[in-house]
Amino acid sequence: MATVTSADDGTPALSRTPLYDEHVALGATMVPFAGWSMPVKYTSDLVEHHAVRRAAGLFDISHMAEIDVTGPDAAAFCDRALAGRLSALAPLQSKYTMILAEAGGIIDDLIVTAVPDAAGPHFAIVANASNRAPVVAALAERATAFDGDVEVRDASDEYALIAVQGPRARDVLEAMPALTVESGAPEFGDTKYYRNTLARFGDVPVRVARSGYTGEDGFELLVPAGAAVELWRTLRATGAPHGLVPAGLAARDTLRLEAGMPLYGHELSLDVLPAQAGLGRVVAIDKDDFVGRDAVLAGPAAGAPVLVGLAAEGRRAGRAGYAVLDATGRPVGEITSGVLSPTLGHPVAMAYVSPAVAEPGTVLAFDVRGTAIPATVTTLPFYRRPRA
Amino acid sequence: MTDIPEDLSYTDQHEWVRIDGETATVGITEYAVTQLGDVVYVELPEIGTALAAGDVIGEIESTKSVSEIYAPLAGTVEHVNSELTDAPELVNAEPYGRGWIVKLAATGSEGLLSPAEYAELVAE
Repeated sequence: MATVTSADDGTPALSRTPLYDEHVALGATMVPFAGWSMPVKYTSDLVEHHAVRRAAGLFDISHMAEIDVTGPDAAAFCDRALAGRLSALAPLQSKYTMILAEAGGIIDDLIVTAVPDAAGPHFAIVANASNRAPVVAALAERATAFDGDVEVRDASDEYALIAVQGPRARDVLEAMPALTVESGAPEFGDTKYYRNTLARFGDVPVRVARSGYTGEDGFELLVPAGAAVELWRTLRATGAPHGLVPAGLAARDTLRLEAGMPLYGHELSLDVLPAQAGLGRVVAIDKDDFVGRDAVLAGPAAGAPVLVGLAAEGRRAGRAGYAVLDATGRPVGEITSGVLSPTLGHPVAMAYVSPAVAEPGTVLAFDVRGTAIPATVTTLPFYRRPRA
Repeated sequence: MTDIPEDLSYTDQHEWVRIDGETATVGITEYAVTQLGDVVYVELPEIGTALAAGDVIGEIESTKSVSEIYAPLAGTVEHVNSELTDAPELVNAEPYGRGWIVKLAATGSEGLLSPAEYAELVAE
């Protein structure tokens, strides 16, 4: 939901999620992010990071865009407009996919869910906040050009999205008063990764996805905007005895980076083909024609940079924009995200480098403001959660 | 309200200075700490380095950012807080205490802000 505030000092107005007042009351540090005023941290980003790895964290991700694709030909349209084979989704199944430009570059990465709907085929797309307008515009344009009956609707303002992430996330949901799984839908614990279940919070329908952006077990709850505050407060109160704390964008970023998950604007962009980002498998190349197919088939130019993980020792992090050097000090790439990993205790980074130096085990270096910090090419993710 | 001790001087780079005879102890303010987030690395200068006011004397890295530390006064580096090498989080926990960064041999207080002037700066 976008309540646009008017700023009288000439700065651009920022949108607020339905939970804005909750964040302010909790003492969060609010920052502008993709046109939204969002909590970057509540207390300490490291405390919040560790809480998600060890217990649970509660994230407001309502800034993300929700776009509904409906109509008798919605499945065929999604196959045509997006990179994956969405027509193969079972009801309540989700898929990580992308929307590509004709030239093969990534307009955005998306999660698409097949939603059971008495009215007919229904695919719910979650897109990045920063890409809401371009994604909606590209889908609308593709729907107009599409030979079939389909409707694209930006439903972002109607929903809040709340993520509960961490090894205790399931316990928290199961302990929630007034959050009841619909009859016939899977229990929270029986809902598999990238599957959804349907629940009610009081009278309000909630779609609960077993997914996240932290590398931990967890759930993402899609709820009508008007019920967001009550759901958020109940999750906090129910989760507190389980160690759940509200967590901000700073922790979200360090968690996803450790988990090797790309972030649009850093690892993904219009200038990057899926294969360069290690996302070739996400593209269903053998399906019928789809936007970007020819470019994906042609592949990246010879020598085009590829995404790798880099791990270093010590405490000095390589950060986005820093050069990556080879053993002779020659620039061979650039860091797109980097941090001193809170969980692992050493610097980690994702970087685009020349394919000649992309083999795991290759020793490169971060150029940290004139000091070369040795870093080794590493397979992603950096962190993998222990399996129960 | 951010803590601005009355017995210190300040800079517009959000550093504090405690002048004690010919020694000036330097750290970063609670306001700066709040803006930075969790400090994970502090690069310290070498003892004996001679500095002009405004010279870069080190760096503070938080999970999200890198900031430079500037010499608030001309002087020579007398001591560095080597405790920060293994425990950079002291800057967050005790910005005006165990989180101090360097001690300079320096004289005068030219160009420094009073607590009231600094409070006005961070209120803007």
